[in-house]
Amino acid sequence: MRRQSDDAMTLYRFVMMIPRWWLLLMVVPALADEGIFDQYRDLMGDDNPAIFVIEEGEEFWVQSQGPSAATLEACDLGLGTGVTRGAYAQFPRYFADTDRVMDIETRLLYCMETLQGRDREVIAAKPYSLRGDFGTELEALVTWLAAESEGMIIAPEQAHPKERAMYAMGEEIFFYRAGPHDFSCATCHEQSNKRIRLQQLPNLTEHTEVAEAYGSWPAYRMSQGLVRTMGWRLQDCFRQQRWPGLIFGSEVSIALQTYMAVNAAGGVMTAPGLKR
Amino acid sequence: MTRVDSNGISRRAWLRWSVILSAAAALPGRVWSAVIRPEAAFDATALDQALMALGETPTRHEGVIFTTPDIAENGAVVPIRVEVDQTVLPNVSKVSVLVEMNPNPLAAVFDIAPGTEVYIETRVKVAQTGNLYAVVESDGQLFMASRETKVTLGGCGG
Amino acid sequence: MAGRIKIRAQKKGELTEVKALMRHPMETGMRKDQAGESIPAHFITEVAVLHGDHTVMQAHWGAAVSANPFLGVRFQGGQAGDAVRVVWTDNQGGTGEGETTIR
Repeated sequence: MRRQSDDAMTLYRFVMMIPRWWLLLMVVPALADEGIFDQYRDLMGDDNPAIFVIEEGEEFWVQSQGPSAATLEACDLGLGTGVTRGAYAQFPRYFADTDRVMDIETRLLYCMETLQGRDREVIAAKPYSLRGDFGTELEALVTWLAAESEGMIIAPEQAHPKERAMYAMGEEIFFYRAGPHDFSCATCHEQSNKRIRLQQLPNLTEHTEVAEAYGSWPAYRMSQGLVRTMGWRLQDCFRQQRWPGLIFGSEVSIALQTYMAVNAAGGVMTAPGLKR
Repeated sequence: MTRVDSNGISRRAWLRWSVILSAAAALPGRVWSAVIRPEAAFDATALDQALMALGETPTRHEGVIFTTPDIAENGAVVPIRVEVDQTVLPNVSKVSVLVEMNPNPLAAVFDIAPGTEVYIETRVKVAQTGNLYAVVESDGQLFMASRETKVTLGGCGG
Repeated sequence: MAGRIKIRAQKKGELTEVKALMRHPMETGMRKDQAGESIPAHFITEVAVLHGDHTVMQAHWGAAVSANPFLGVRFQGGQAGDAVRVVWTDNQGGTGEGETTIR
């Protein structure tokens, strides 16, 4: 009996056989009919399963865990101890207690370690869901925190020199060509009105587009039945570019998020979104 | 270990379901012969096999209003709607949804109580581009509408 | 976490419209996980929508219904304040239920 996983495997093998530079040819001008999925989205309606993950995230926030048997409620996300409303919209940002710029995920990891006494290596080993999972703790927390910033202005801090340095690094990486295809982020995300197959590619150097893109993550990914974070999305980009794996919580990840968030500044957080 | 039948449904699940429903539907009036799950139809691996298990070959009827997207952003979540124009097709008691190219075409069977509109919205998995069918039962006869929905692969193939 | 249902029930003229979103993986049993092991089938097999004591609709589902399934139905009558419930059972003996009042 033919199985869906066999079909996926066959397709994967087929794609891997294509001379890789041909993949660039898939970056084509967007269709004149911009709204090819409008009918699909209309029929879908407003009901986004991310709503469950938001609740699950809030539950993790108040759950006693770790050797310290503490909750995360004393975590400082930049707006003061335990203040969650509006915090996500101001990431990535510099924290004096760690003397570094952190994104939401590295900051949560820090709070799990310092408040709850948990082992960061264990959490960092599997921050994101794998096939068959129903969501990780980190994904749920990020979803809830993003919802706590819903409707707010994207306003990552750029006052501190380290924050500005992080933006500069992010910009450099964005345009840096590497890997077997000599791809950079800019290869796919520096122009407007481009797509890969039927997926629109946001121009992450243009304010309106990057604001819409950045502001809609984390998002429920329908094809996966899971909410995925911005950090995960970057990891997946690296995989698709055939770049080396993006290390969870690395400066590269924080730098790219800073670059996007600052370019998006002034836009509105709409997360959690609903994506393919 | 809970005994599980060919469809992967445990005995415990059957019992629990009967308890829930008898608590909920202990009413005079309509007898829910519809409680019986059409196992053979769900197990069928081809469209015509599934339709035979549901009853017979349905005839097309314009009273069945079936809405699916022309093109779906992904195949895991495809929204659909089935409505029936009761002025031309009355007494509809059952709506079935089938996806021709799925390993098991029958996706769902809805039993409609009298007084309930024939109006169903749900989301189904569509393995690949192909036809979807809405089959309704009215006074023991089967009628249907069908639509093709294209399924796309996203972005870089994932 | 498992078993949660978000329900909205609204009057639309004479009709009441119910929209329900259910938390469930709806695993087909045909996938393999990252390690290559088969992920067992886990899906809602029966679901019912109730208005008070009256079963408005009852459905049999297969694993082809999407994960975190959505169900929309309409029925005649119903008054603001009436209770609407959705209940389900799955192939592993799990159950879920949720309730709301009609607006």
